[in-house]
Amino acid sequence: MEYEAVIGLEVHVQLDTNSKMFTRVGTGFGQPPNSLTDPVVLGLPGALPVMNEEAIEKSIKVGLLLDCKIAEVCKWDRKNYFYPDMPKNYQISQYDQPICEGGQVEIELAGDNPSRMGPHRMVELTRIHLEEDVGKLTHYEQDSLVDYNRAGCPLLEIVSEPDMHTPDEVFAYLTSLRNSLVAAGISACDMEKGQLRCDANISVRPKGENTLGTKVELKNLNTISGVRNGVEYEIRRQIRAIEEGTPIIQETRRWNPEQKYTTPMRTKEMAHDYRYFPDPDLMPVQIDQAWIDRVRKELPEKPFDKQRRYQEEMSLPYSITSALCGDHLLCAYFEEAAGLAKSAGKVANWVVNDLLRELSQANKVDEFAEEETEKITPQSCAVSPQMLAELVNLIEDGKLTNNVAKELFPEMFVTGKSATELAKEKGLDQQSDDSEIEGICAEAIANDPDAAEKFRGGKEGAINALKGAVMKATRGQANPKVVDETLRRLLAS
Amino acid sequence: MSDQTPMDIDYVANLARIELSDEEKSIYQKQLGDVLKYFDKLQELDVENVEPTAHAFPRYNVWDKDEARSGLPVAEALKNAPQSRQDQVVVPKVIEE
Amino acid sequence: MSSDSPIFKSATELSQDLKAGTVSAVEITQAMIDRIDTVDEKVNAFLHIDKEDALAQAKASDERRARGELLSLLDGIPVGMKDVISVKDQPLTAASKILENYRSPYDATVVRKLKEAGAVVTGRLNLDEFAMGSSTENSAYGPTRNPWNLDCVPGGSSGGSSAAVAAREVPLSLGSDTGGSIRQPASLCGVVGMKPTYGMVSRYGLAAFASSLDQIGPFSTTVEDTALLLEIISGHDSLDSTSYPTEVPSYYAELKKSSEPKVLGLPKEFFGPGMDDEVRASIEQVIEYYRSIGYQTKEVSLPTTDLSIPVYYVIATAEASSNLARYDGIRYTSRSERAENAVDVYAKSRGEGFGSEVKRRCILGAYALSSGYYDAYYLRAQKARTLIRQDFEKAFTEVDAILTPTSPTPAFKFGEKSDDPISMYLSDVYTISTNLAGLPGISVPSGFSGSGLPIGVQLIGKAFEESSLLQIAHAYDREHLHGQKAPNL
Ligand SMILES: [Mg+2]
Ligand SMILES: [Zn+2]
Repeated sequence: MEYEAVIGLEVHVQLDTNSKMFTRVGTGFGQPPNSLTDPVVLGLPGALPVMNEEAIEKSIKVGLLLDCKIAEVCKWDRKNYFYPDMPKNYQISQYDQPICEGGQVEIELAGDNPSRMGPHRMVELTRIHLEEDVGKLTHYEQDSLVDYNRAGCPLLEIVSEPDMHTPDEVFAYLTSLRNSLVAAGISACDMEKGQLRCDANISVRPKGENTLGTKVELKNLNTISGVRNGVEYEIRRQIRAIEEGTPIIQETRRWNPEQKYTTPMRTKEMAHDYRYFPDPDLMPVQIDQAWIDRVRKELPEKPFDKQRRYQEEMSLPYSITSALCGDHLLCAYFEEAAGLAKSAGKVANWVVNDLLRELSQANKVDEFAEEETEKITPQSCAVSPQMLAELVNLIEDGKLTNNVAKELFPEMFVTGKSATELAKEKGLDQQSDDSEIEGICAEAIANDPDAAEKFRGGKEGAINALKGAVMKATRGQANPKVVDETLRRLLAS
Repeated sequence: MSDQTPMDIDYVANLARIELSDEEKSIYQKQLGDVLKYFDKLQELDVENVEPTAHAFPRYNVWDKDEARSGLPVAEALKNAPQSRQDQVVVPKVIEE
Repeated sequence: MSSDSPIFKSATELSQDLKAGTVSAVEITQAMIDRIDTVDEKVNAFLHIDKEDALAQAKASDERRARGELLSLLDGIPVGMKDVISVKDQPLTAASKILENYRSPYDATVVRKLKEAGAVVTGRLNLDEFAMGSSTENSAYGPTRNPWNLDCVPGGSSGGSSAAVAAREVPLSLGSDTGGSIRQPASLCGVVGMKPTYGMVSRYGLAAFASSLDQIGPFSTTVEDTALLLEIISGHDSLDSTSYPTEVPSYYAELKKSSEPKVLGLPKEFFGPGMDDEVRASIEQVIEYYRSIGYQTKEVSLPTTDLSIPVYYVIATAEASSNLARYDGIRYTSRSERAENAVDVYAKSRGEGFGSEVKRRCILGAYALSSGYYDAYYLRAQKARTLIRQDFEKAFTEVDAILTPTSPTPAFKFGEKSDDPISMYLSDVYTISTNLAGLPGISVPSGFSGSGLPIGVQLIGKAFEESSLLQIAHAYDREHLHGQKAPNL
């Protein structure tokens, strides 16, 4: 029998704000333990929450980015349960009036031809709500340690409909969601840093069946590939169980990335009676049309729209656009350089091949490094878009050969010197001084009279010997077009 | 309300994470039963299309600009902790998960 | 002790003496400390007092005065704190074992304002554990006794704050009022106690009982002093999202202005059976006085009065069950020795650390919110709360203030009600609806019972119109000054 998996995702995204969701102490990753707390974060007697306006505006931005309906009014509720990573033993969240409802995420699936855009579809969203993050528990043999630095950070929960069916769709969904959020400056979405976390609700049913099977919640999916593998395993496990006739129990399971299997989790006792009620310490949020319009103006172009534009308006090949559009910084760099260069296509090639290569080499992580060093971005690297544009234009004008340019680029990346500068220093700048070329050509003709004779006699190919001599004399820097014209002119006279 | 459903004291005490002796349980069971009976006044009340009051004087959008301020020094944050290690709060092994 | 000793003077008088230079802030604070040393083992109003710190604050005040840098009329005047109000580096127990070893790392907003005004912020005053009670019998550190009769309760939950002022251990104090916890003990101890409009005084730094009802407010021996203290602690605070942005007039200056007679409403539901005869007589005497100075009185109706207690206990216990979840033995509260895993830490630390009333209310509140009961209890109570507010709104279209007794009876004996939650809950019947409606209320001493127990009258005002309410209260108080009478201890 053929089976179909039905998958819904709950994605938690940490919003990139200066201060926490309900208090103004700072946020940050990798700070000393418990150095980012205050009475509110620790839930001390008498501490009270105050909303962070920016977190709400960023949530509206996400809602617009994903075509959600933005609530006119949303409120705050307390989700009550006891857990050591949660200072107040209730989480301030949104229960029945979330900030966004509905919405969709456009995903791309692999097509049959890797050099052409694959099929696209929309994954439907249920809702998005804003809440506060919890602290970090580290488990040891005898006990556990709690660091509350992360506690109280603004956390956006994006809940999808059970609208995905394969691990590939899940992977595509997360990739697309992350690209949009990163591009809009919502969050760095680094899963290793816990800035993006994902739980999956998975069930399987015989293909064609409409009723959903028993759903299992899968946790501890800490990397994008971990999500794909975990989901893939869990689907297989459920199908096997059904075929063996063992019933699937509604439970929470944990993905073990090392051993590559899922195991049932001892879930929190009575986790289902959260005793939600409106938080009396907070006033509701009202979002008017003017605010929505203002935020909409700041929305960046969606990654897939950008990709389509590159293909249609700039007629860039799919392979190039897909390499560009996964990284909004690269796109920004490309568009700036392309604006200054004579060939957008050539710029795109340089960005995707040479710039990316140099960047990835420069950013190779050195495991002996003391602490992680600032990543070099297209914007922060030594080769500015202007410099790349200049390089491309020099080639276009025939002032630099492609080979020479390819040699120069890595040095530009290291030294920050422009192509012209480097070429001058190395005397590599292509000779376009015609009188000089003319001299060398005349000399070549003089040195090889019978080649000249054969050519004049109509033996077209004979000119190549002369060209070779000229190129040899100029160490390959002469512009072949110019050399050809000059030789023909001289031989004709 | 209260008469059809006597309070499941064990369930609720567990929800509230409060350990009760058997003696306390029987006392509370009785006292809270009386209180709930007394609350039946509420059940008789007609609240059709009455808006609930969450705040006596409700307002909207009470918030701060997103400007970080300094918080508590680590030592202050941990000075009241029953047990701490490596600048973190120690809790007995979490058996859940 | 001679009657011109600082302890027998009102804050206003003390501030005049300080101005005249006939007494120093250090002398006032020292007199207060001596008084505590002599009478507090009887009264047990103070859970803790940091004498060195108090004297240091007083000394600083005298030095400011010498430099002519006075911060306010309260500069150098001691103010005691109910032990639920955070003062940096001082204990905060909420009269609970679970907070036995806790010291607050920060100042409540009211404390910050008082320190900025130069007041000597000192003393941790007893209460019913986490402000849950009406007698101060629910304190893990022993009950406070009524200075007028040591066999009687001082009322609650702010019994330490009212008794300390009544016993002349401190001229001013702060308490918190969720269902009458300032006004009822003020009435039972014969002092002035006021609950401001919800949102008038910041709750930041007040250990929460029921967030939507709690307000901090003053205790003093005169309405004049209450005005003085209230204008300093009032005002918008960006650290409390429920704090209301409104101008705070100088209540003290406003009192001095002459105000024309007002219209007082007498809710018929409050004057029914259940009211003690001596209380009734005392209140009628007050009504007579107001009429004699040209006030009109008018019967009004608050039909939802009998709902106020169930509505209050559903809302208050539900919010409390969540507010008190943070006292869990993990970050700052005492942890049970018997705890072997994380779940144990909660149940055992809370089982050992909380007293019986707190456990009872946390369980009741958790029940009222638990799945299947939310709509029947919490949501219904919130809707009924709307009806209660509307009753008051309607009444206030006809009157300037509402006059009622503060408590149905004078102070009762220890143990009299402690085994019967409902009869204890009923002692708040006159004060509770004010919190549900968010309105300001003040209890003013109206005289004494035959057995010499104080009686108080409650005046309820319009939202954010503290000034007018104080003027009305002052009109009676300045001519009677029952609060200035001191008990023999
Ligand atoms: Mg969830
Ligand atoms: Zn969540």
